[in-house]
Amino acid sequence: MQRIGVFVCHCGTNIAATVDVARVVEAAAKEPGVVHAEDYQYMCSEAGQLKIREAIKEKNLTGIVVCSCSPRMHENTFRQAAERAGINPYMVEIANIREHCSWIHKDIEEATEKAVILARAAIAKVTLNAPLQSGTSRVVKRALVIGGGIAGIQTALDIADAGYEVDIVEKTPSIGGRMSQLDKTFPTLDCSACILTPKMVEAAAHDKITIYTYSEVEKVSGFVGDFQVDIRKKARSVDMSKCTGCGVCQEKCPSKKTPNEFNRGLNTRSAIYTPFAQAIPNVPVIDRENCIKFKTGKCGVCSKVCQAGAIDYEQKDEIVTQNYGAIVVATGFDTIKLDKFDEYSYSTSPDVITSLELERIMNAAGPTKGHLERMSDHKPPKSMVFIQCVGSRCADKRGKSYCSKICCMYTAKHAMLIRDKYPDVEVTVFYIDVRTPGKNFDEFYRRAVEEYGVNYIKGQVGKVAEKGGKLLVQGVDLIDNKRILMETDMVVLATAIEPNPDVRKIATMLTASIDTNNFLTESHAKLRPVESPTAGIFLSGVCQGPKDIPETVAQAGAAAVKVVGLLAKDHLVTNPCTAKSDELLCNGCSSCEKVCPYGAISYEEKEVNDHGIRETRRVAVVNSALCQGCGACTVACPSGAMDLQGFSNRQILAEVDAICR
Amino acid sequence: MQERLIERAKELLSDGTVVRVLGWKQGDLGYNPEPAYFNSPEELKDFVYDGFCGANLSKYMIAAGKMEGNTLVFLKPCDTYSFNQLIKEHRVNREKTYIIGVGCKGTLDIDKIKNAGIKGIESISQDGDTLKIQTIYGEKEFPFNDALLERCTVCKGKTHQVYDELIGAEEGEEAGPAGNRFEMVEKLEAMTPEERFAFWQNELSKCIRCNACRNVCPACSCLKCVFDSNKFDSAQKANVDTFEEQMFHVIRAFHVAGRCTDCGECSRVCPQGIPLHLLNRKFIKDINEFYGPYQAGEDTDSRAPLTDYTFEDVEPGIVTERGGKH
Amino acid sequence: MQVEKTQEFRPKIVAFCCNWCSYAGADLAGSSRLAYPADVKIIRVPCSCRVNPMFILRAFQRGADGVILCGCHPGDCHYTTGNYYARRRMTLLFSMLDYLGVENGRTRVEWVSAAEGVKFSTTMNEFVAKIHSLGENVRLGDLRCKKD
Repeated sequence: MQRIGVFVCHCGTNIAATVDVARVVEAAAKEPGVVHAEDYQYMCSEAGQLKIREAIKEKNLTGIVVCSCSPRMHENTFRQAAERAGINPYMVEIANIREHCSWIHKDIEEATEKAVILARAAIAKVTLNAPLQSGTSRVVKRALVIGGGIAGIQTALDIADAGYEVDIVEKTPSIGGRMSQLDKTFPTLDCSACILTPKMVEAAAHDKITIYTYSEVEKVSGFVGDFQVDIRKKARSVDMSKCTGCGVCQEKCPSKKTPNEFNRGLNTRSAIYTPFAQAIPNVPVIDRENCIKFKTGKCGVCSKVCQAGAIDYEQKDEIVTQNYGAIVVATGFDTIKLDKFDEYSYSTSPDVITSLELERIMNAAGPTKGHLERMSDHKPPKSMVFIQCVGSRCADKRGKSYCSKICCMYTAKHAMLIRDKYPDVEVTVFYIDVRTPGKNFDEFYRRAVEEYGVNYIKGQVGKVAEKGGKLLVQGVDLIDNKRILMETDMVVLATAIEPNPDVRKIATMLTASIDTNNFLTESHAKLRPVESPTAGIFLSGVCQGPKDIPETVAQAGAAAVKVVGLLAKDHLVTNPCTAKSDELLCNGCSSCEKVCPYGAISYEEKEVNDHGIRETRRVAVVNSALCQGCGACTVACPSGAMDLQGFSNRQILAEVDAICR
Repeated sequence: MQERLIERAKELLSDGTVVRVLGWKQGDLGYNPEPAYFNSPEELKDFVYDGFCGANLSKYMIAAGKMEGNTLVFLKPCDTYSFNQLIKEHRVNREKTYIIGVGCKGTLDIDKIKNAGIKGIESISQDGDTLKIQTIYGEKEFPFNDALLERCTVCKGKTHQVYDELIGAEEGEEAGPAGNRFEMVEKLEAMTPEERFAFWQNELSKCIRCNACRNVCPACSCLKCVFDSNKFDSAQKANVDTFEEQMFHVIRAFHVAGRCTDCGECSRVCPQGIPLHLLNRKFIKDINEFYGPYQAGEDTDSRAPLTDYTFEDVEPGIVTERGGKH
Repeated sequence: MQVEKTQEFRPKIVAFCCNWCSYAGADLAGSSRLAYPADVKIIRVPCSCRVNPMFILRAFQRGADGVILCGCHPGDCHYTTGNYYARRRMTLLFSMLDYLGVENGRTRVEWVSAAEGVKFSTTMNEFVAKIHSLGENVRLGDLRCKKD
């Protein structure tokens, strides 16, 4: 017979203001099996936990119910308290009377009544709880970082410096990511390449880091501590071990009409290419879709000119399978497509560009060699208009509801750099708000206005139209409350950023949750910002939410610390709430095996003694190290042989009964 | 036909291919043969195969598979679906089974004859499309097709899905009308929820919980039914007002969903005449509509509809959207 | 227990929520103070695929007026595929209940992510309103083998 103790938390006034805790205690005390019930201001506090421990010892409790906040918050706290008092930690149930009750109901009568029912359900459940023992599972001392931008590079470097092996998987032919496309960085105006490339080189040279470029994660199985990952190394058509990176192949390649992705399509590249001069590895790839040899079978120029004999047209994709203890997602971002923003004439006028395109134009290695010019006639502009929040803070479905966070600052940077280098160019910025929270950020923006004379207009632009080689910008000035119609030579759109579209596929493989904007969800918005709710998956950089470079680097370091904390463990304690099959009830029908996502169920021919009938039967056996406790098998099983420990059929039915009583 | 089956069974017993025969034995009335084992050629004198051999012998093979030696079993085309499904669920031992696929012209429902006012039946024989019925009041005639079990009027085909040899399989080929087996389900779907509720309440109220449906059903092959174990707090035999009493048929139908071959045995054996197959057919119809045509027992390796999925599957909200009607 | 007829109808509603998405979504609704009626009582399950149709039938048989199942969005299941199986099971179960003449508004499945506190609250408000419009559930309790 169970001896249950019930502990009702006030949570200060969070619960007690709406739920009459004394009545909950009183009602709980009347439930069968309950031998102790009390309330306290903060059950999670040391004093509160002490009360629980004392009651367990004094009243010889076999199980406890804590009526408090969500189990997702303090279930572990109370399990540990129970364990310290000598009872099995799985003899604890939580009635969530805060998030699911006091915080959402106003009427004390109603909320109290509901709290009593929730307590009753938890009591009914705990009465059927059984002590459970955790097992252990191994930790593979190796981490995977998906994405080789600044976030991925920094995370990998920090993990590697702590002494663990790290693999970086990067989709494009080189690591570097978005940061490698930038010209200067705010608020100090360092050259982006100057601070990034040493990190790229460091990563490449690090003996603990393996970099897979032109590669993608294909399949992920397993769980925290022991993920098994298939990485597809796409055929580069160039032998990495032979190539010297001389670049002759790229010069001689006759196919030079492919839009250059790195320069955002502002110019073209050859079919065999490295994305940029400082690429790591400095080994080109053949873009087979645009290569004449692959399209027609003729050509082969690169092979002829390659002194090293590195060109290999026969190369095939290769699958590398590797086990990892932890996985970091650092898949970064892209700018949104502007096809729904026709009013800015982006698709029709070459002189309307995005900010990222401007970065390439300003960059000495970019399509204009760093000369500011219009893409239509290559003439230097006399005036430029910057439009903020294109697709950000957007009320309708065309854009994103969120603030992209980086645009105000980079626009100030662009305006400042242009006014500095080309003082005769007039620069106007249309904005909704200028947001500059950050160290030295507002000072930076003020300099753009005060020292560099950038003309900031609070108001939005309704239309940009091409007219006689010029661009006509129609907008409003909200401060002077007037309509503005101005002619300009170039328009730069501060385009909203969004998570890399591939992240959805990756999140699905990792079973990491993702929000409606495709940003990966963190485990707790404030307290666990770099961890995914899926154990062993960590988040670095913009895949989690918009952020600038310093924030990204800081988060990358934080993710690395979490990974190192995990890899430093020799083993992990496994969740004991796993499925278990009753061999006397098992028909051996294989339904459960078919729905198990972990391959945790196998069948054995087993000698059973079914109430005197001895026979060999085909029965299901669960590997508790593999089982993650979803319960799919329990419903597939028609006989009820398969049950889930901690969430057993009888426990859930007891809750149902208690609620419907 | 019956003689050909007996002759072949004797051969297989004599040459040691099998040690027993599972077939049908003459009952105490002229129209109620029952499943039986025959362990020697002599015992086969009681073997019978006629239109009243509706009993699906597949399920008996679960037990037979555990016995010493091989068993010969006679399976009608529709019975082979059940047997195949049992192979898929690892419930029968194919290696220890010798299957003779027998031809079938359709099996008969004695109640249809009795309900037509024919009383005092002594024996029934078939003459072409007509049944010759010997009664204590003299000989009567009845059209064969009018006496068919409902399931045979919507026969799913005369092809055996699994067998070692066929006997008389050509006989049934032309026989039997093939109606729309979902006709009654569709009729129910077209009713208002109130009418449907009234229909089912009326039908299910007749249940005496004799478990005949469960015992005969080849899909209900659990060693121990959930309603007999304590896994779900569901075995509550003493009360009439219990979960078991009130939900038995719905849960049974769900447990066999995607596994039921629509053999119709549940309705055939129900002493209260509850059309239980209409529950199973509803699931079959839904599965076909939602997830593509699926016939349980057609093969032994495909995934059953409830252990399978696609990303694009319909949402449960479809039930509300259609409002129970089409 | 006989409910007095004069009393306002207070439906009993059971909400099964998966631990990873929907239960967290309900927590977010709570911490965001997004109200929904107290008639909804949540049962935490690891995954929507843990919900056996027997649990739902049991709830109805014991007097629930509505049962709702919430899980991760298709494609986002913490266990990869759990919600796909739950989706098929519930589709067939709901269709069967409808076929038996039980009002189809009494059952519902909704995918609610951990970030969708607003959706959780809205869904529950809608569902409670629906159950109010349907009134007390008598049919499932009556769908028994014995007619009065």
